[in-house]
Amino acid sequence: MAPAGLSRAEFAIWLAAVVAVVGLPLLLPIFSVVQLTVFLIFCLLAVSLDLAWGLAGLLSFGHAAFFGVGGYAYGILALNGLATPAALLAGGIAGALLAGILGYVAFYGRVSTIFLAVMTLTVTLILLQVMGSTADPSYRIGAAVLGGYNGMTNIPSLALAAPFLPTIELGPAGFFRLVGGLLIVVVALGRLLTFAPFGRILATIRENEQRTELLGYDVRWRKLAIFAASGGVAGLAGGLFASWGSFVNPEVFSLGQSAQVVIWVLVGGRGLLYGAVVGALLVQALTQYLGAIGTAYTAFVLGLLMVAFVLALREGLVPTLLRLSRFLPWRNAPARSC
Amino acid sequence: MLNPDGATSWLLETRALSREFGGVHALDGVNFRLRRGELRCLIGPNGAGKSTFFKILSGQLQPSSGEVVFNGNAIVGLPPHRIARLGIGIKNQVPSLWDGLSVYEHFWLAAYRHTGRRGATARTDLLLQQLGLSAQASRSVGTLSHGERQWVEIGMVMAQEPLLLLLDEPAAGMTEEEVERTAALLRAINTEASLIVVEHDMQFIRMLEGLVTVFYQGRVLIEDTIDAVLADAKVREVYLGTADSHG
Repeated sequence: MAPAGLSRAEFAIWLAAVVAVVGLPLLLPIFSVVQLTVFLIFCLLAVSLDLAWGLAGLLSFGHAAFFGVGGYAYGILALNGLATPAALLAGGIAGALLAGILGYVAFYGRVSTIFLAVMTLTVTLILLQVMGSTADPSYRIGAAVLGGYNGMTNIPSLALAAPFLPTIELGPAGFFRLVGGLLIVVVALGRLLTFAPFGRILATIRENEQRTELLGYDVRWRKLAIFAASGGVAGLAGGLFASWGSFVNPEVFSLGQSAQVVIWVLVGGRGLLYGAVVGALLVQALTQYLGAIGTAYTAFVLGLLMVAFVLALREGLVPTLLRLSRFLPWRNAPARSC
Repeated sequence: MLNPDGATSWLLETRALSREFGGVHALDGVNFRLRRGELRCLIGPNGAGKSTFFKILSGQLQPSSGEVVFNGNAIVGLPPHRIARLGIGIKNQVPSLWDGLSVYEHFWLAAYRHTGRRGATARTDLLLQQLGLSAQASRSVGTLSHGERQWVEIGMVMAQEPLLLLLDEPAAGMTEEEVERTAALLRAINTEASLIVVEHDMQFIRMLEGLVTVFYQGRVLIEDTIDAVLADAKVREVYLGTADSHG
């Protein structure tokens, strides 16, 4: 039997990623570093969706909501003086909680996969309306003014803070490395999970949930667990985003943002997590390029891209390229050595 | 019926089990009993209620009324995974597998829940050998032939080590040689577990050498040996009569 699990190539990729994350700020101008940081935050958001959609087949349009809730939680708590690392953690917890509540209703209520997508989208749009209606200055939580469609501004940036120690500002390079490092850790953990028994059971749920149940596995809590974890990662990404720009507004809950996360994963390819990273980078770069040449049709081009991938490249870029190169050490491999 | 130790000798018992689909009685008061260690065949024309019966026993459908007692537990209303844990394994009529996963993973994951890692590996190797699927172990089940897919699903149910296996048309679409191998396999399983097998192939049913229950219009028509069943006038009329008319 071929050994299952991570190939050497994957460890090499992780190592290269670590080198890049550490080294890039030394080579690039600071503007590019700041720009790349937000790309990496979106990569983290894309990976969070792939954890649910790729690993367990749970398509959600709500990851923008988990992201946004994480951003607002970070902003509100940081503005109220909580140490920024704790506020970031709270952002992750907020994302996991919202995902957990929605997941509980969907999975224990035996809502179908399609309705999970509809339900998560609806909740996202409700949040857009609610947060958009907070323009009056009386909508404030402690020192944090919610600010309606203008959003919250002057959110403190993430700094390394611990009790009894002086706070260390990260600066653009430090923040870039932190975001990149977090992305690498999440992808690596996600890949290890894919080959662990729990991850293999998630794969069976994705392929044929009924068969899994008939073997005695309770699929409900397993789906809830991965969905909440995935929402937690999205919430972390949201907190990082709020720190990156020092602001967050209800735009994070918009239809465009919700759809974009799905497009990233669709373009890059589901299930391997690397696809989500590649998809987010490519689509973001394309979006930025389209913006730079001044076209008014960015959304139109993205729409075309999505249609093209759904029709012609269903697996997405990374799995398709892997298949073409016959470089498939992890497909059809047994779970034995995981 | 009581054993000296007070436990009933029935592994499975249904009482007045009924299921309606919009006024149609798919099952209409089925009283069915299965002894521990028994291999029972279930036959009947299409629409007689066999698959509905299986779906209720495995928790995939709820009955409109009636009771099911399995190994001393009332199982109506339990979710499928709880029923599976009590010891009922099922192969549905249409092979139901995890298409992107390998044969090896199917057996391993089916065993893993109750055996843990090591037990699952040992059990998987054994099953691959027993079912003659060692050469296909690392292939994705989506690429297998129909007969092989049937065996993979039977193997998964075996990996579960249930007390009772429900097999809905396990030999459908198999070649004659494959049918013989499947019959031998089921008899081997029967040395350790009880089985209920739904089939249409009379040759196959003869090879299984068990009692036969005939379902007709949601009811039990007769329960006897295969020869007695085939000689029964009513059975010939409702079941074989229709078979004859197909030529």
